[in-house]
Amino acid sequence: MSGGVGTYLGGRLLGAIPMLFLMSLVVFAIVYLIPGDPVDAMLGQDAERSAREALRHELGLDQPLWRQYVSWLARVAQGDLGRSIRAQQPVRDLIVEKLPATLLLTTSAAVIALLIAFPAGIVAAVKRNTLVDLLAMVGALLGVSIPSFWSGIMLIMIFALTLGWLPAIGYASLTTDPVAALRYLVLPALTLGSVMAGSVTRQVRAQLLQELGRDYVRTARSKGLGEPGVVVRHALRNSLIPAVTVLGVQFSVLLGGAVITEQIFAWPGVGQLAVNAIVNRDYPVLQGVILTVALLVTMVNLAVDALYVVLDPRLRLS
Amino acid sequence: MSSSIPASDSPERRPAPQAPRHRALGRLARSRFALVGLAIVGLTALVGLVAPLFVTADPVAMNFGALLKGPSRDHLLGTDQFGRDVLARLVWGARLSVSIGAVAVALALVVGLPIGALSGYAGGAIDNVLMRCMDALLAFPALLLALGLVAIMGPGSTSTTLAIGIVYTPGVARLTRGVVLAERPQEYVQAARALGQRDRWVLARHIMPNCVSALLVQASVNFANAMVIEAGLSFLGIGTPPPTPSWGLMLNEARAFMTSARHVAIAPGVAISLAVLGWNLLGDGLRDALDPRLTE
Repeated sequence: MSGGVGTYLGGRLLGAIPMLFLMSLVVFAIVYLIPGDPVDAMLGQDAERSAREALRHELGLDQPLWRQYVSWLARVAQGDLGRSIRAQQPVRDLIVEKLPATLLLTTSAAVIALLIAFPAGIVAAVKRNTLVDLLAMVGALLGVSIPSFWSGIMLIMIFALTLGWLPAIGYASLTTDPVAALRYLVLPALTLGSVMAGSVTRQVRAQLLQELGRDYVRTARSKGLGEPGVVVRHALRNSLIPAVTVLGVQFSVLLGGAVITEQIFAWPGVGQLAVNAIVNRDYPVLQGVILTVALLVTMVNLAVDALYVVLDPRLRLS
Repeated sequence: MSSSIPASDSPERRPAPQAPRHRALGRLARSRFALVGLAIVGLTALVGLVAPLFVTADPVAMNFGALLKGPSRDHLLGTDQFGRDVLARLVWGARLSVSIGAVAVALALVVGLPIGALSGYAGGAIDNVLMRCMDALLAFPALLLALGLVAIMGPGSTSTTLAIGIVYTPGVARLTRGVVLAERPQEYVQAARALGQRDRWVLARHIMPNCVSALLVQASVNFANAMVIEAGLSFLGIGTPPPTPSWGLMLNEARAFMTSARHVAIAPGVAISLAVLGWNLLGDGLRDALDPRLTE
């Protein structure tokens, strides 16, 4: 049986290769299509002609475009993402330094979202067309519709500035001061997680309602199984399969949303790195962040595919 | 030979008691949520269209005699840190938000629809190449891709619109391809082809109408997301440049006055949330109305 899973995943991995190649083209293009000369950005416009030519040669900018791409790709494959123009530091070091904060934020947001979404979605589906269902659905719709850059500001106003329960902005490392770190984490994670909570609640409800209408549920009920058993042991298990596939999409949404959430809460992650890179015209950093995030999303999607095959044995046959 | 409707077509259609389109409209009208959504969407569009008639205050005129004042008779929603009228900025912001959303959604449709249709109908290598390209774009988080594209094109409303349009193109292409793939083996398509109709005609006349409902639903959700990305980019300071009134920019500027003048952060936030809610409600309503399989 594991051979089936292995073959399937092997196929998926092979299928990911052309996509990774195309993604690398997009990321490469992001820097090479940007107007303005990178040499100007690094040396200033009044630099000596000879110095400019030397740097141009050093950066490989005098080579044909395809050779520049090939040598860039070769460096990236070895983990070399270039140097930051501003920080005069390897881009990889900057990303390695900032990535843990972003991953902490996104995973906490996902956990909060799932902790809200699953109970809310299940209750809404089971108590369909009641006040509870209506409240859950209105809440979910608001979660989906209120953009994080406003919910974040509102949460700061209410819980930090008015009630004074939590710090407004900032970050503390989980290893040095766990209590402070968690206090700093609550508001950004809630802000980032609210959109995902809304959309997953809606999906869980819709999926569960669909399953509850199927024949096997009628069979389970007619053999005298209690309603909690029907919902949890039968319908919910089948609803989980589609719910898992959206996790990959949600992870991508969370990483994109982290850019804004990090900006609101002065959270030192890769999203903030990307925004500062644009403001400072530090394009190697922007390129590095976008590439790293896209690779992360692709890897998570492959992992979700694997999980999907484990959960749904039918996929192994086809 | 002329472009008029073939005679055999109309009598066949007329006796049908209620066309599916009318039934869908009926379902849409019965859904209270959808109507609320439609009302909000219509209101934002109307405010955006007739903004100058409503508001006499200049949205960019500064008044250093009235900084960060609360709501009053002169300024119904108060003034911001430069003494500018918040209501005027809000109303002009609606115009920006709605127009960027509309053009970006249209752009995604105009580019994505032919790609998806060609991909689904031609199949084979063309399908493979086109869809791998779309997948590569989909692998980037929407906001981050928009960020990179705006960096290429330079900040401004035009580049924001283009970037958002590009971000939503792969979704449109994928959806269109899915419908075309599902319809292509159907008997009516086989029949049309057997009659010797040209591929382009079969695609445009017979297959594409089946995409309309799915694309309508997707377009309204895309509209909501496009507004959020536009405001998000402005919020980050890389979308619409100041002093142009944009909801995202207003919220960004308001962050500095969260303790002293809360009204400047509340008004634009309510506006964007309501507008997005409206499009989401409308999208939900359209989905229920156009996909009878989902309504029991």
